[in-house]
Amino acid sequence: MGLSKQSTGINALNGIIETKSESSDDFIVALAGNPNTGKSTVFNSLTGMNQHTGNWAGKTVTNATGKFTYKNTRYTLVDLPGTYSLLANSIEEQVARDFICFGNAHTTVIVTDATCLERNLNLVLQIMEVTDKIVVCVNLMDEAKRKKISIDLKKLSDLLGVPVVGTSARNGKGLKELKDTIEKVVRGEIKTAPNKVDYDAIVEDAINEVVPYIKALIGDKIDNRWISLRLIDGDNLLSQSLYSYLNCDLSNNEILLEIIEEVHNKLRDEGTTPKDLRDQIVYKIVKTAESISKEAILSENTVHNQTDRKIDDVLTSKLLGIPIMIILLGAVFWLTIVGSNIPSSMLADYLFRIEGYLTKFFAWINTPKWIHDILVLGMYRTLAWVVSVMLPPMAIFFPLFTFLEDLGYLPRVAFNLDHYFKKACAHGKQALTMCMGFGCNAAGIIACRIIDSPRERLIATITNNFVPCNGRFPTLIALASIFIAGGTGASSSFAAVVSVLAVIILGVMITLFISKLLSKTVLKGLPSSFTMELPPYRRPQVLRIIIRSIFDRTLFVLGRAIVIAAPAGIVIWGMANVYVDNASLLTHCAQFLDPFSNLLGMDGYIMMAFILGLPANEIVIPILIMSYMSKGSMLELDSLAQMRQLFIDNGWTWLTAVCMMLFSLNHWPCGTTLWTIHKETQSWKWTWVSFIVPTITGIVVCFTVAQGVRLLGLV
Amino acid sequence: MNKYLIPLNQLPIGFFGKVRKLTADGSARRRMLDLGLINDTTVESLRKSPAGDPIAYEIRGAVIALRSEEASKILVESIQQLG
Repeated sequence: MGLSKQSTGINALNGIIETKSESSDDFIVALAGNPNTGKSTVFNSLTGMNQHTGNWAGKTVTNATGKFTYKNTRYTLVDLPGTYSLLANSIEEQVARDFICFGNAHTTVIVTDATCLERNLNLVLQIMEVTDKIVVCVNLMDEAKRKKISIDLKKLSDLLGVPVVGTSARNGKGLKELKDTIEKVVRGEIKTAPNKVDYDAIVEDAINEVVPYIKALIGDKIDNRWISLRLIDGDNLLSQSLYSYLNCDLSNNEILLEIIEEVHNKLRDEGTTPKDLRDQIVYKIVKTAESISKEAILSENTVHNQTDRKIDDVLTSKLLGIPIMIILLGAVFWLTIVGSNIPSSMLADYLFRIEGYLTKFFAWINTPKWIHDILVLGMYRTLAWVVSVMLPPMAIFFPLFTFLEDLGYLPRVAFNLDHYFKKACAHGKQALTMCMGFGCNAAGIIACRIIDSPRERLIATITNNFVPCNGRFPTLIALASIFIAGGTGASSSFAAVVSVLAVIILGVMITLFISKLLSKTVLKGLPSSFTMELPPYRRPQVLRIIIRSIFDRTLFVLGRAIVIAAPAGIVIWGMANVYVDNASLLTHCAQFLDPFSNLLGMDGYIMMAFILGLPANEIVIPILIMSYMSKGSMLELDSLAQMRQLFIDNGWTWLTAVCMMLFSLNHWPCGTTLWTIHKETQSWKWTWVSFIVPTITGIVVCFTVAQGVRLLGLV
Repeated sequence: MNKYLIPLNQLPIGFFGKVRKLTADGSARRRMLDLGLINDTTVESLRKSPAGDPIAYEIRGAVIALRSEEASKILVESIQQLG
């Protein structure tokens, strides 16, 4: 499988442990918790802007770290992946567990959801088995109050044996007390004595058999009782981690294996199979959580989630669920496309004015013309183009998308669409990464981190490119307007909308088809289990959304795009300006590609535009116009009518437009996306697969359509 | 009171069921246990997704969507009321 350990966090964990030892003055605080508990809000509120993260916010699969200072002491806060448990085998849980276990944190803060405490206590109790230094942060107290749930924090603290602090992180309430408590635990002023889960006598006996031996092997570095229990439970991943972090190889330790075998035999004699044992362990933890929450929660209004249920009745209903989803997402795309027109042209004006100054500057320092042309007309102009066409749509799309995410709507989208993805042997959450892909395929691929199973994550990664991103919408819309709609007026713009919609639906269908095809061939396997929480709806925090989406997504993707676009700009300029036998390299290449492109219903220039458009799909049309007009640098035309005339003069028919739209939907991902795929999968093989699969699909689709239409004599 | 065990995915919407048996193994079983689906846990069948599958259940205060493959491995005793 392409997802090596390196890409999925273990390596990042090592990195954190190393940084930690370098700055030994800082106290290390690990931040654990279930997903959807506002853990990221706590993290952000404590560290402010002083953090290092390049992640899918809220879905931290690799660790993010941040610093804060309290009473002249510096703390490094490590945000662990949100997990429900430390027992199961997902990568997130392994990362979280390994850090809690081997990261030598001075204290672990566990963020819990006050509105759903019992479920959260499961993780608290499990972490309490691993480490003593714990602060429990009961977050979302405001939400609980609104739902008339009241929690006796003092009692909870007594029952758990660790300090408990109530917070409403998004209002900043309780954070000072949290810092204060962290300080006291770290300095040993508060002694923590977790009340560990009591197992049944036979389990306890089994643990006691193994403990002395473990103690002899690894000393008191890690809770011996817990290690023993995990080993009896047959936790091989823990053995691996013990080996990698403590250099302690237990898997080949015959005495230990013998002891564990003996314990298993003894248990079996008493009628407890290893499976029963596991059930008993979890049973005990869940039961303990249940009884603690019963005692600590003073009044719980049992109908507190009626509002959520009513909203869900509409948003996931058989009749309205999918139409509402299409309307909402459609509105997001529409706002993005329409809203970015003006800022895009303003940005373009601004950046091209700078181009003028650059030209003057180069003239002033007497640079040779060709250097100026390469740097300014080639590199700078491409960069300016990419920035001005990419930045505004992303700056609009990502906040809107994050808004839906914060609201809690996105899991409902996955819920609504899961059935179709299950049929394609893919994961329901692929619906979300696909929607993200409409904004930007690179961002969609980063979003694939939310899918646990490596097989399904790869399927989602490879097929993400089948939905058109912001960069391809303008091409699709322009071509649809000028060729399919054929004129102006209400009816034609309606036809344009319908055809763009048809392309989107086609993209979704191809996504499902190719997902299924991959599942049946190179990525064989059964769909993994789909258990997804539909979290309570929450009031989004607008300011945080804007900051988060600008920094975590927009600038991140834009940065990658710029790195790709700069060298590509030079290549494009070179292709258009280096002349051999009275024709530019571009023309030569186009002529070479012409016969092949013809089979696909297009011409060589269009194919060259797609190839040179690798840095960003937005520049495909500008390159095409540049080549048709035999100019040396990219340009745009003032009106669609002008564009239509230019294309018709170059032999276009409606079939050319249709094929170009289809090829725009199905061809290799842009450079930024490819780079992102490589970063995420850490594999050239899967990057190559992600390149070739949509390309072949595009060739097949265009060939079929072009030849079919020609055979039928429709053109 | 109906004493027959039915798979959770066949529990009608709006009905409550008490977990009696998990037939899943391995990591799927672990995940279920982690959700708190241990013996005697009361589960409410909340709603179907537009295509009928997955179905959302209320489990220990959280709303969890399960595909029919998973839910069919959770055997429950149907009960009318909480308790």
